[in-house]
Amino acid sequence: MELNGYHCEDEAAAETEEEESVGEKQQWAQRKESAAPRAGDTTEKEADAPRASASRERLPSNSMPRQRTDSLKKNRPPFPWFGMDIGGTLVKLVYFEPKDITVEEEQEEVESLKSIRRYLTSNVAYGSTGLRDVHLELKDLTLCGRKGNLHFIRFPTHDMPAFLQMGRDKHFSSLHTMLCATGGGAYKFDRDFYTMADLRLRKLDELDCLIKGVLYIESVRFNGHSECYYFENPTDPDLCQQKPYKLENPYPLLLVNIGSGVSILAVYSKDNYKRVTGTSLGGGSFLGLCCLLTGCSTFEEALEMASCGDSTRVDKLVRDIYGGDYDKFGLPGWAVASSFGNMMCKEKRESISKEDLARATLVTITNNIGSITRMCALNENIQRVVFVGNFLRINTLSMKLLAYAMDYWSKGQLKALFLKHEGYFGAVGALLELLNQS
Amino acid sequence: MAACSRIGRGGHSMDKSITLPADEIFRNLENAKRFAIDIGGSLTKLAYYSTVQHKVAKVRSFDHSVKETEDDPLYEISVQEEITARLHFIKFENAYIETCLDFVKDHLVNTDTKVIKATGGGAYKFKDLIEKKLKLKVDKEDEMSCLIKGCNFVLKNIPHEAFVYVRHADSEFRFQNTHPDIFPYLLINIGSGVSIVKVESEDQFERIGGSSIGGGTFWGLGALLTKTKRFDELLQLASRGQHASVDMLVKDIYGGAYGTLGLTGDLIASSFGKSATADKEFSKEDMAKSLLHMISNDIGQLACLYAKLHNLTRVYFGGFFIRGHPVTMHTITYSINFFTKGEVQALFLRHEGYLGAIGAFLKGAEEDNPNQYSWGENYAGSSGLMSVSPELNPMQRARSGTFDMLEMDRLERQLVNLPLLQDPSSYIPDTMDLTEDAVAREYWLFCFEEALEGVVKRAIASQPDLPQTRERAEKFSQKYRHKLQTLRHQPFAYGSLTVRSLLDTREHCLNEFNFPDPYSKIKQRENDMALKYFQKAVKSLESLSWEQRQFALVKGLLAGNVFDWGAKAISDVLETNAGFGFEEAKRKLQERPWLVDSYNQWLERLKGPPHKCALFFVDNSGIDIILGVFPFVRELLCRGTEVVLASNSGPALNDVTYSELQILTERIAAMDTVIQTGIKEERLILVQSGSSSPCLDLSRLDKTLATVVRERHTDLVIIEGMGRAIHTNYYATLRCESLKLAVIKNSWLAERLGGVLFSVVFKYEEPPKYQEETHQ
Repeated sequence: MELNGYHCEDEAAAETEEEESVGEKQQWAQRKESAAPRAGDTTEKEADAPRASASRERLPSNSMPRQRTDSLKKNRPPFPWFGMDIGGTLVKLVYFEPKDITVEEEQEEVESLKSIRRYLTSNVAYGSTGLRDVHLELKDLTLCGRKGNLHFIRFPTHDMPAFLQMGRDKHFSSLHTMLCATGGGAYKFDRDFYTMADLRLRKLDELDCLIKGVLYIESVRFNGHSECYYFENPTDPDLCQQKPYKLENPYPLLLVNIGSGVSILAVYSKDNYKRVTGTSLGGGSFLGLCCLLTGCSTFEEALEMASCGDSTRVDKLVRDIYGGDYDKFGLPGWAVASSFGNMMCKEKRESISKEDLARATLVTITNNIGSITRMCALNENIQRVVFVGNFLRINTLSMKLLAYAMDYWSKGQLKALFLKHEGYFGAVGALLELLNQS
Repeated sequence: MAACSRIGRGGHSMDKSITLPADEIFRNLENAKRFAIDIGGSLTKLAYYSTVQHKVAKVRSFDHSVKETEDDPLYEISVQEEITARLHFIKFENAYIETCLDFVKDHLVNTDTKVIKATGGGAYKFKDLIEKKLKLKVDKEDEMSCLIKGCNFVLKNIPHEAFVYVRHADSEFRFQNTHPDIFPYLLINIGSGVSIVKVESEDQFERIGGSSIGGGTFWGLGALLTKTKRFDELLQLASRGQHASVDMLVKDIYGGAYGTLGLTGDLIASSFGKSATADKEFSKEDMAKSLLHMISNDIGQLACLYAKLHNLTRVYFGGFFIRGHPVTMHTITYSINFFTKGEVQALFLRHEGYLGAIGAFLKGAEEDNPNQYSWGENYAGSSGLMSVSPELNPMQRARSGTFDMLEMDRLERQLVNLPLLQDPSSYIPDTMDLTEDAVAREYWLFCFEEALEGVVKRAIASQPDLPQTRERAEKFSQKYRHKLQTLRHQPFAYGSLTVRSLLDTREHCLNEFNFPDPYSKIKQRENDMALKYFQKAVKSLESLSWEQRQFALVKGLLAGNVFDWGAKAISDVLETNAGFGFEEAKRKLQERPWLVDSYNQWLERLKGPPHKCALFFVDNSGIDIILGVFPFVRELLCRGTEVVLASNSGPALNDVTYSELQILTERIAAMDTVIQTGIKEERLILVQSGSSSPCLDLSRLDKTLATVVRERHTDLVIIEGMGRAIHTNYYATLRCESLKLAVIKNSWLAERLGGVLFSVVFKYEEPPKYQEETHQ
């Protein structure tokens, strides 16, 4: 019984679904379409609409026909609601914690479900490497007619086996037959999910999920605050300041996702986008090179070192070659002429610190992403760039560098925008797919 | 920049012990003026302008009014001194800089040069040394503008300067035909950083972008990661490594390919993505390889983004990161191909390392107007491109410690395209590319080696009264043999290897040792003899019916063309049988139908209206020109067609030269009224081709010739001989009618073409139809 502890109603729903007529399936599809704007629309009014109808649903005085409520309920996937993005370095997991559980529901809730909920919401760390980004939690969110909090959890991809073991121990498979996952790992670990945890993955395209996630989070806002922000006066270190940005009428925009590698997407509307290019010089290169150069082993360590280092001792600057600005080509003396260029020289190799190396690595990778992005923006004729991805997590250095680079080299034409939920949009997109399609 | 880079090469101290092979490098220093120097991170390039005094064969007509006996030669040959301009570029390791400066100082006599133009990062460092040693004031020039100037110069003056790199192909280098208009192009210079420059015209260029991730990043980061100090060693490490153990590939993330995006599993998703761990060791080789891929891909990607933004398709790569290194040429090529899906090819330059020095030199030589002339690479004095793959070329490692040279001769005239080329940008003179055809290469290299002894003999015989003839001939023999050997190992040394380049190299080597015209005496004798038969030949032609005469004229042209000292099958006969004559040659000819036979079409054409003007590229002296060509020309004149006779400016084999042809024409005019009237009325004119080759490159012809062709509305081009119509131009398409005719005097070639020795090619072609229509 424990293993098969389905919620009765859901079990019935699942059974009927299999016998559903074609007509009903089409109805599903229509609903799917009508639900879609929720993820994409950005104007306050429209974005609020589904939430309003969802909250009405739960009120006894709701005038909505019984039929509609039933179908909504029936088509709503059973808890728990997860969205997962398995990247090259990190697994990002979003978990919706329902806060509107009725007494009835609580009684019917099987033990394993309860235990998962408690485990996830009462801890901020899981195992030795899993972490919950408490500061990112979205409170009082209404999703698919349910009210609750959205939690953001991450752990390294190499701990996937431990995660699967936990899923097995917590009898995850007894609750769900399908888990929505995106990112390359959804493909890579597909079989492991099945064999180790008896879970079937619903594999979703990572770029689809990324864009859906970005548009959704931007539309629901971050606990009443703006999700999107930029740096004011990016070229003046003293006046440079983080400011909220209202991403109204966002299209076209360039979406730069910096994970282990980098993908650059041109987004023209909520479902019209293309991957312009990508580069293998991403967050993974920063950490990989830092580990080799400094012996560190975590992103946090690497960033910490970088923050105390001086890259100009490692890099060869324009002024190191020309004594000052290279006026003929409009190159300022402070610009980097050759990343790690000073390291060609033995004496200089011996005179620098690990911190300097970490800083130089960070600057090199970040500036390169900036310059490829800028070229893409020019080629695609787009003026707004949104940077996301976990490389930017706790990485104000890189964000300011990107903001600076976009502004300086484009002479103010390009604007660099950032989102608070940096690396979680793919996972959010996967969760939205779960709710859309059950 | 270089000041520091040098330290990475720690083991190399100033080496003064080396003795410089004086007759091979820093040649012609006595007359040197205008110096320039480009000092890079590890190599120095010295440039100077010099005048070369060398012997030329001159012919001078006797005063025939006082001609006494029948046996007196028609004209006299004298060997005179002539002064020509030459550019010398020498590349050597920085370690030798002091030795070299000393050498230059010791050999530099009475030059009025006061300054030396200098560029490159090391120019600052060595400024004092140069000023002290050479007593010349160092005048620093901007690196980038020197680079661009040099690049324009080589692209304009050296055919086959640019190539695409194909790893593991039979020939790694695929040379590109230089487009007549070299602009606009993108130059990606990968030094310690990367500069991306858009070049729009001779004086107009713009640095449109760049990147700090360049050669310095590979070197600096590579040195940190692998504790390997030298750039070359890092590249060698990289060529042995496996990047997949360090890089995170798409398949490491996806388990396979990312199908929806078409990203294959082997694609690098995150460079160094697998090294983000403290508890694993990585091999130096693997890290170096991963680093190389990271940097090459990044540069390639940026290059493509800039090329796309500026809509440019010609992208040249240079800088020390590239400089002939197969490893980096390959990774850059791969990257460009990946990012443009094959739409843009990465191009490299044969003389990439010299660009800065050439540019700096040109800046200092503006008063000599070097850009007003055409220049030609001297194959005798230039080292040529080396393969740097050690496994391909064991000689390379030994060579890297010595000297590399480039010499460019100033040509007496400006060279331009034949205006009648159908498509100048796709015109390739050579019929066979021996770089890619290994069988043909083997054969021709053997052929030239076999013929060498005869050439040496001929050279000695041509200068019985001059000093040290034998010694010089021996030196010539050694030099040419060595060149052939080099070409056997590195067929790409001077661009695509062709029969033409082999012939030209031989001419350059002969000139180098002051054998300007080994065939001068033979030509003189044969011209003399043939002249005696001219009137008789014309008379017998006139007795024929029109139709018989047309055929006899063509047959005469072909039989005349048998007399070719360049063909061993013929020279053997001519050596032993001085009496071998015109009639005998006619008998040797293949009977119709010929190997290529469009005589009937030609005859039909002759029944139509006469041509306005015919341009005739002539071949051999003696019977060929006098008994073959002139009667044919005479017939054309009679038909009302103007004739432009184009002959070589300088000697090559027994080909008739412009100055010889002037005398011959004069003599024939004295015997023949048609020719005489033609000359008088300027309906027959002589022009120089601008070439000194037995072959013909229609994209490098004397400017005057091009003007004449245009002014006279030339509508027929006749190209005669194996060198000009078979080895070259066999496939050339012209915008007017053309006649290509030759006798195949080489059985191997005849066999290749499906015929036998003395097979005849008579190829009459009309211009492609659509062209005619657009012209009407």
